[in-house]
Amino acid sequence: MSLPSKLTDFTLAEARDAVSDKKVSSIELTKAFSKAVADGKPLNAFVTETPEKALEMAAASDARIAKGEARPLEGLPLAIKDLFCTKGVKTTAGSNILNNFIPPYESTVTQNLWDAGAVMLGKTNMDEFAMGSSNETSFYKPVLSPWRAKNSNAALVPGGSSGGSASSVAANLCLGATGTDTGGSIRQPAAVTGTVGLKPTYGRCSRWGTVAFASSLDQAGPMTRTVRDAAILLRHMASVDPKDSTSVDIAVPDYEAGLENGVKGLRVGIPKEYRIDGAPPEIDALWQKGADWLKAQGAEIVEVSLPHTKYALPAYYIVAPAEASSNLARYDGVRYGHRTKEAIRDITNLYEKSRAEGFGAEVRRRILIGTYVLSAGYYDAYYSRAQKIRTLILRDFEQAFEKCDVLLTPATPGPAFAIGEKSNDPISMYLNDVFTVTVNLAGLPGLAVPAGLTADGLPLGLQIIGKAFDESTVLRAGRAIEVGANFTAKPQHWWAA
Amino acid sequence: MSVDKDTVRRIAKLARIALEEDRVEPMERELNGILAWVEQLQEVNVEGVEPMTSVVAQKLKMREDVVTDGNIAEAVTANAPVSEDNFFVVPKVVE
Repeated sequence: MSLPSKLTDFTLAEARDAVSDKKVSSIELTKAFSKAVADGKPLNAFVTETPEKALEMAAASDARIAKGEARPLEGLPLAIKDLFCTKGVKTTAGSNILNNFIPPYESTVTQNLWDAGAVMLGKTNMDEFAMGSSNETSFYKPVLSPWRAKNSNAALVPGGSSGGSASSVAANLCLGATGTDTGGSIRQPAAVTGTVGLKPTYGRCSRWGTVAFASSLDQAGPMTRTVRDAAILLRHMASVDPKDSTSVDIAVPDYEAGLENGVKGLRVGIPKEYRIDGAPPEIDALWQKGADWLKAQGAEIVEVSLPHTKYALPAYYIVAPAEASSNLARYDGVRYGHRTKEAIRDITNLYEKSRAEGFGAEVRRRILIGTYVLSAGYYDAYYSRAQKIRTLILRDFEQAFEKCDVLLTPATPGPAFAIGEKSNDPISMYLNDVFTVTVNLAGLPGLAVPAGLTADGLPLGLQIIGKAFDESTVLRAGRAIEVGANFTAKPQHWWAA
Repeated sequence: MSVDKDTVRRIAKLARIALEEDRVEPMERELNGILAWVEQLQEVNVEGVEPMTSVVAQKLKMREDVVTDGNIAEAVTANAPVSEDNFFVVPKVVE
């Protein structure tokens, strides 16, 4: 296999092999990517760039390689979503309220990556507290997608909330990135930027040290250019962690090992409820193509039903804001984060003003909805009912998985949209997650894989959903989609001189 | 169900987020838009269905009841907007 001529065009797997064969040093790789990050400024994908720290880490990696002590991700430069606490490096969660927050500790997921030898390029921009599907709610201004529609210079969103990670992977600013997914925040931006995004099973990655949004839904995962790269990264993000009692004590498999084993005999379910009115015909056509690719490689296609699908999104918009209103109560202007400079009457007034100034409009809206649905007299009507519907959604999946091994669905209801196009209508923004949110409510793994382009030349993805802790099969099916689609399109390099 | 202006003021108070008077009406409208949309959940029959408490069935883990961390007051207060001698500083709360 011949390697790309530019270092930044390497996949994570290619870079790993080139580093371990000593064809390229970590310093060379890291310098190339740090320059790409600096040149990529017009994309606004990073809140904080850490080129000096990256060089230090790369030098340490090269020293280990020279001594024959290389670890699995030795010297490989990654981008980290700004929701993961990084010791001594500012962590904002995309919010003004954490504008000056420098964690004195490291999240378990990032610690695992550094322990495996990876190098940090910086912290990526995101929707504030991961609440958004376009990266427009960030206090640090929207991220731009590297993609543009044919014959157009209009700025497009990279999806969200992991928009900075998606944009930097798509634009080759890093070998891979971390994301988090509460309702679709890894898979939706991956799909609209032509990249691969995996939300693992709830409990696969520790949530410790990751700024909390909705604790029963949040899960970290990899964002990469290939399915193989996602398999490699997940293995070194996942762990059981005494600091997160919901992390699950199941051995982390070598996800890469069975990746090329094919889908012969695999039963692939097509849930009929994912065919929605008003979706562009391109989405349905791509979905059919996906089924055809899998069938051609020996999979068996079965029709299944997930009858409660249409209730997933409204149930999510009760559960997630309720949990967020509790989690975000910690931002009080006293222990860390923004504190009002205005004159205040008393401690309550200090809380109220600090929080009003620190939180953006979407976060305030969700905290108020969450506070309302949890308030006396409304708990049963809203929160308890939504949690019962969650049980029904999980039951739908369990019944479907009696007939199939994985499910194939579209990843998003459409391609990337223009900046500003949906920001005044919360519900039309929420609908971006219609195909991804069911998976979070049921705790299952979901993988977005690039599968094609619209007539306007914008990427679309397909989603593979699997059984709990069966990421290996999900990745193997995703690899088959990758083989079938042979997606090689890249955005035009318009952002750097 | 829908909220009125008094309810919006009350939940803003509960959430400890100051809401300027001219923001009450737009917030009322936004919240009612979302509440009207989630209203469709009322049509689902949830008779006899247990509310979900955990997506992955597992026993709550227990650990030894021992001190594993501590004596890091400086690190704990390092990000405080105002602190003194490793204490958080707040306005007077007791008369």
